[in-house]
Amino acid sequence: MIAAILVMALGAVVLGAALGYASIKFKVEGDPLVEKIDAILPQTQCGQCGFPGCKPYAEAIAKGEADINCCPPGGEEGIRKLADLLGREFKPLSEEHGVEKPKSVAFIDENTCIGCTLCMQACPVDAIVGAAKQMHTIVPKLCTGCELCLEPCPVDCITMVPIPETVANWKWKYPTFAIKKVTA
Amino acid sequence: MTALRQLFRFHGGVKPAYNKEPSTTQPIADFYALAPLPAEFVIPLHQSIGGVPHPLVAAGEQVKKGQLIGAPDGYVSSAVHAATSGTVKAVEMRLMPHTSGLSALCVVIAPDGKDEWIERQPVPWRAMAPDEVRDALRDAGVVGLGGAVFPTYLKVNPGKKGKLDTLVINGAECEPFITCDDMQMREQAEKVVRGAAILRDLTQAGQVLIGIEDNKPEAIAAMQAAVTQTGEAKIEIVPVPTRYPAGGAKQLIRVLTGIEVPHGKRSTDYGVQCFNTGTACATYEALELGQPLISRVVTVAGNVLRPRNFVVRFGTPMKDVVALCGPKPDSDRLIMGGPMMGFAMPADTVPVVKATNCILVGSKALFPPPPPEMPCIRCGECAKVCPSDLAPFEMYWFSRAKLFGKAQEYHLFDCIECGCCAYVCPSRIPLVDYYRFAKSEIWAREQEKSAADEARERYEFRMLREEREKQEKAAKLAAKAAETKAKLAAAATPEDAAKKALIAAAMERAQQATQNPPAPPADNAEAPPAPPAQQTPS
Amino acid sequence: MGAGKAFVSSDCKMTNYIFILLGAVLVNNVVLVRILGLCPFMGVSKKLETALGMGAATTFVLTLGCGTSFVIDHWLLLPNDLEYLRTLSFIVTIAAIVQLTELVIQKTSPVLHQVLGIYLPLITTNCAVLGIPLLNISLRHNFMESLLFGFGSSVGFSLALVLFAGLRERLEGAEIPTYFRGNPIALITGGLMSLAFMGFAGLDKFR
Repeated sequence: MIAAILVMALGAVVLGAALGYASIKFKVEGDPLVEKIDAILPQTQCGQCGFPGCKPYAEAIAKGEADINCCPPGGEEGIRKLADLLGREFKPLSEEHGVEKPKSVAFIDENTCIGCTLCMQACPVDAIVGAAKQMHTIVPKLCTGCELCLEPCPVDCITMVPIPETVANWKWKYPTFAIKKVTA
Repeated sequence: MTALRQLFRFHGGVKPAYNKEPSTTQPIADFYALAPLPAEFVIPLHQSIGGVPHPLVAAGEQVKKGQLIGAPDGYVSSAVHAATSGTVKAVEMRLMPHTSGLSALCVVIAPDGKDEWIERQPVPWRAMAPDEVRDALRDAGVVGLGGAVFPTYLKVNPGKKGKLDTLVINGAECEPFITCDDMQMREQAEKVVRGAAILRDLTQAGQVLIGIEDNKPEAIAAMQAAVTQTGEAKIEIVPVPTRYPAGGAKQLIRVLTGIEVPHGKRSTDYGVQCFNTGTACATYEALELGQPLISRVVTVAGNVLRPRNFVVRFGTPMKDVVALCGPKPDSDRLIMGGPMMGFAMPADTVPVVKATNCILVGSKALFPPPPPEMPCIRCGECAKVCPSDLAPFEMYWFSRAKLFGKAQEYHLFDCIECGCCAYVCPSRIPLVDYYRFAKSEIWAREQEKSAADEARERYEFRMLREEREKQEKAAKLAAKAAETKAKLAAAATPEDAAKKALIAAAMERAQQATQNPPAPPADNAEAPPAPPAQQTPS
Repeated sequence: MGAGKAFVSSDCKMTNYIFILLGAVLVNNVVLVRILGLCPFMGVSKKLETALGMGAATTFVLTLGCGTSFVIDHWLLLPNDLEYLRTLSFIVTIAAIVQLTELVIQKTSPVLHQVLGIYLPLITTNCAVLGIPLLNISLRHNFMESLLFGFGSSVGFSLALVLFAGLRERLEGAEIPTYFRGNPIALITGGLMSLAFMGFAGLDKFR
């Protein structure tokens, strides 16, 4: 009986000491997971997830503080990729964070714009060009469609315009066959 | 000589019914000699791979035939020219000869009937630097006329080694029904050979091999005669076995040189470059005649009474061209390109463009609608015929399931969409449609990804900038505060000192006033210690 | 099995080792024949890459665990008549090895750690990792045989896992009736694989 206790205690002490030593000796800083999650997120920096940007949301997911279905711009596919990466089950997009919309870019009605620079301050990717008391405009190529500039505009001159389908961005459709009625 | 050359075999391939004879019975006709000029030319600005040229003309302007109307935009782009003289009616969105049925920016020209050329001058390309020749080709709008419409000037490049080993001129024209290259070689062999010679000199190629499928004996004979007649050196006509798709660039290179260009490499890495015969001819016209690319030979075939080849200018409605050949009443669609790789057009009013090598008139009888797809039975026929040595059934499996990453692992992007796999599939699966779908999805995703990366970079930079601005502001404020403090201190000290001095002086005077009258000058020696003691309270 | 003691001469020993190795990989495949370690077999077989990572991690830990448990059993438990503590002490040892391995790999080779990633801690709960050392004891393997048996079994585990992952990746693209999608069809596939591996029982010599 004594021997058993001694042996187990000895084992516990030796293994505990080894692990304790290793955890100090082989300590690693940083979390590569955040980078991987951040790479999947759409980088709109829209804050619809409740975090101030894509990176903070990625950090929250990595820490387990946020769910994977809070990103409307990433859509269903983004959630699937996150689920794949983290080995979690797929969940539909959480409704409180918004709905998946067609990709759009912001457009400033230049006749109404008063040049208040509020939208420029709100834009997370510096996609708005302008100066105080000068007309502003949005560089469509850089706009992520985060809608953050809509709220601050005092004259409501910003609208979201869906990106039109052109010959350049047109995609081949999934092959389908029309089902025909067989005449008897 | 030709008999001695060892030819190689590419993997797979099929032998479909060629149907080429009907359109070769008559010589190439100038479309405008047989029909009046169309009411309007609709010239799309985007006719080549790469950036969309920006319009140089506006509605109401007069243009001459061959005038530059679209300037190349970006590194990969090519110029566009007016097809005839006349007035620019509009620069607006018009239906494109594209499967999507979408519109793109076109220059619409109403001809004035004079058909007046701009001043044409031969380009002294022999005396010019290579870069200048390339610019001339770009500004002449010369692109690959085999169907890929890749800007030619980018390919006229000796490569890393400084010179090419072999220049392949592609006259194989393997796709059924299409005979435009065949007829051009028969009738304009000299131009083609001279064009090939120009390309040879520009790329400093060691030899030029003109590969022509052996089902075009007339073209081979004409080209052979042209080579002898022009006396151009190092040019050889090589008949190649007729097998679809021998006209694929990589396939023809394989057949002629034995070089198999591996995945992810370019033929120039192996000292080989490939041009179409039509491109060679266009290069000749652009450099020796100073004539920009405004027309090409187009085959009209299929469900028509009189199939034939025409020289058609870009912007001419396909409908007008087809009308000359007498389309049969049951015709239901136009296909641009051949039956294997062609695309159905959204309407018959779309214009002829640089990529239009053939207008194939379809009908339900000639090209019956695709029968329903059956499950893949994994027979492996598709892998046997794949000229790119891929595993089509695997790519199909993953493309259908939308597992694009997996499809890419099977080298989906090496697929040339030749349609051999779909041609032999016993389950009648439209394999190429699945590949096209998967490819465009992957492209879209990659674009999204790069856009996201750019957004991330910009966001991080903004964060950095805001942080820096904050710090700069704080530093500025701190500096300002310190400055005012120092100023205050500096300003305060002399004033205080003056005040103190004044007070001290006043006190002293007062003291002296009370003490001095009785105090003798001898007392002065004792007096000094006293004033400090009295001064302390002040 | 257990015939190791019967062989004395050295060349026979070599044959014996090969028998143990091949027997553990194919004939008595730990997953498909012994039906051990089914949780990772079902859980981490969705992707080929992760299956490979899990296989590699398990191979490392199981081989090491077999050696260590042999040492503990022979030098600590048997001399003190403490055979009844085997399960307990083996679990503790294996858990410690797993933890230690993870820490070391994380520091020394971040790339390998990224590949093995979250699967390392999962190995602790893999019953095959406890089962094989216990089988080693009951089969009276010596030290070398224990190591080989552990290595062979884990290679067998990896083989089954990788094959299964390959099948499952393909299944993802297949048209499966709705109610069979996901785990049901995976279980059926696993069952068929198990049946297939029974065919190796014909290799009588390796049993």
